[in-house]
Amino acid sequence: MTTGAGTREAVSGLRTERTAPPAFDVQKIRNDFPILRRRVHGHPLVYLDNAATTQKPQAVIDALTRYYTESNANVHRGVHHLSEVATIAYDAARTTVRTFFNAASDREIVFTRNATESINLVANAFARPLLQAGDEILISAMEHHSNIVPWQLVCAERGARLRVAPMDDRGELILDAFAALLNERTCLVAITHMSNALGTVNPIADIVRLAHAADIPVLVDGSQAAYHMAVDVQALGVDFYAATGHKIYGPTGIGVLYGREALLEKMPPFLGGGDMIASVTFERSTWNVLPYKFEAGTPHIEGAIGLGAAIEYVSGVGFDAIVDHERDLLEYGTRVLEAVPGVRLVGTAPAKASILSFVMDGIHPHDVGTIVDREGVAIRTGHHCAQPVMDRLGVPATARASMAMYNTREELDALGTALRKVQGIFA
Amino acid sequence: MRSSLDELYQEVILDHNRRPRNFRTIAPASHHANGHNPLCGDRLSLYVQVEAGVIADVAFQGSGCAISKASASLMTDAVKGHSIEDAHGLFLRFHRMVTTSADEAIEDMGKLSVLAGVREFPMRVKCASLAWHTLEAALSYTPEISTE
Repeated sequence: MTTGAGTREAVSGLRTERTAPPAFDVQKIRNDFPILRRRVHGHPLVYLDNAATTQKPQAVIDALTRYYTESNANVHRGVHHLSEVATIAYDAARTTVRTFFNAASDREIVFTRNATESINLVANAFARPLLQAGDEILISAMEHHSNIVPWQLVCAERGARLRVAPMDDRGELILDAFAALLNERTCLVAITHMSNALGTVNPIADIVRLAHAADIPVLVDGSQAAYHMAVDVQALGVDFYAATGHKIYGPTGIGVLYGREALLEKMPPFLGGGDMIASVTFERSTWNVLPYKFEAGTPHIEGAIGLGAAIEYVSGVGFDAIVDHERDLLEYGTRVLEAVPGVRLVGTAPAKASILSFVMDGIHPHDVGTIVDREGVAIRTGHHCAQPVMDRLGVPATARASMAMYNTREELDALGTALRKVQGIFA
Repeated sequence: MRSSLDELYQEVILDHNRRPRNFRTIAPASHHANGHNPLCGDRLSLYVQVEAGVIADVAFQGSGCAISKASASLMTDAVKGHSIEDAHGLFLRFHRMVTTSADEAIEDMGKLSVLAGVREFPMRVKCASLAWHTLEAALSYTPEISTE
């Protein structure tokens, strides 16, 4: 782990003129996450349920405490000092998020509760006014329920049709079939950047190129991708990008919707209330400017501030190092699981990241989950809010180990040992 | 002392998981219901043949974890030959057994007592009780139930 990219570069003589980046030190990272010091059922915690939510670094916990200790007030309202401090911190968090996703403007960053709300916002304020009977929305076979159900609701209401681009047995999107489904009735493509159940990473730039060639906008569900890889919404060319803060090492209850300004500008509000208006009379109201038009009511101020702190932490570590480390974990973890007899990986697309979904011969994932938990190993079991993925791949459920930047090879060994214990019990 | 894990996955349960009793369909059955635990995806179809108020035959099919499968298997053995009222009484006693906190005394339910260990695993109580809820549904002519 100490022979990081910097060392290799120096040895090979490449780019020696550049200062080598600090080597990635996973132990140093782990020290920043206080929860990782705790024990569960008498064992050191091995937290491998990061696809559900990641743990929080001390910097995030401190930012929340500091906010409530020193500057709690409502934003965009008061003329008093605390309100000014809170408003500056809240807006600064938006700029941090904008930079993180490389959006062109803060006006393109809307704070929501989570990625689910971000998607529902687009379904209601973008798709609903646009959809005519017979129109289509195109999703993929590997979507989380949150990128299926909002479209089903709006399609049912408008008499539109939800179409599904297929994936193959490894869990890879069949791009030709996706392209063939694009047609003059398609109003929107809504697709995940990275499958939460399988780890598959979709070729978003290619998808956007195909859709845009037919003048079809693209929404990407970035819930899983945003903490595993650098996301540049302008380079990808996406029209909407939904993300959730609690998976980017931030607090729960804060999400992000990136929307291309020209599209957001034309959309009606999603929720009505305070803060989203310019003026209100009983006859009519006018809307605030972007992004506030989409942020009705008192927002999740400490959530946004906490997310800002989380993103600063992630950016400090850097995705070059995170991607390298997590790729190593994925390869190592794949070997660990393949070495356990009776284990079969579910989701083996060539492009995948940080997720190991698997089943064990004759042993239900729930029994696996309960037994490894008693060894201190936290994994998710079930359908992962992606029942159609399970149906497509012919499994009722899987066990899923999902990694984050603070996980280690030793923890994957602990998973392997725990899985052998499962087999011992069921032998 | 046995660990709570050994208690949960004791031999009787593993045996009923491997070789579930009454794992078949009854067609036609006088009562039938499908049980579903949306949290974990467990699905269970229960078939009951009631004759003169007595459960003459009972069988199940489905997919689920060891706990839900073993519980269904043990339940079919336990209620067969009993009246509907007796089966309902067993349901209430079983439910009490698996939901009583671990440090309180529980009554001996014979073979069904092997599932008492589930009390230590609150996340798994629904696995153990799915079959029983499905039985209650079938006997009250409710075709679908879902434990959430």
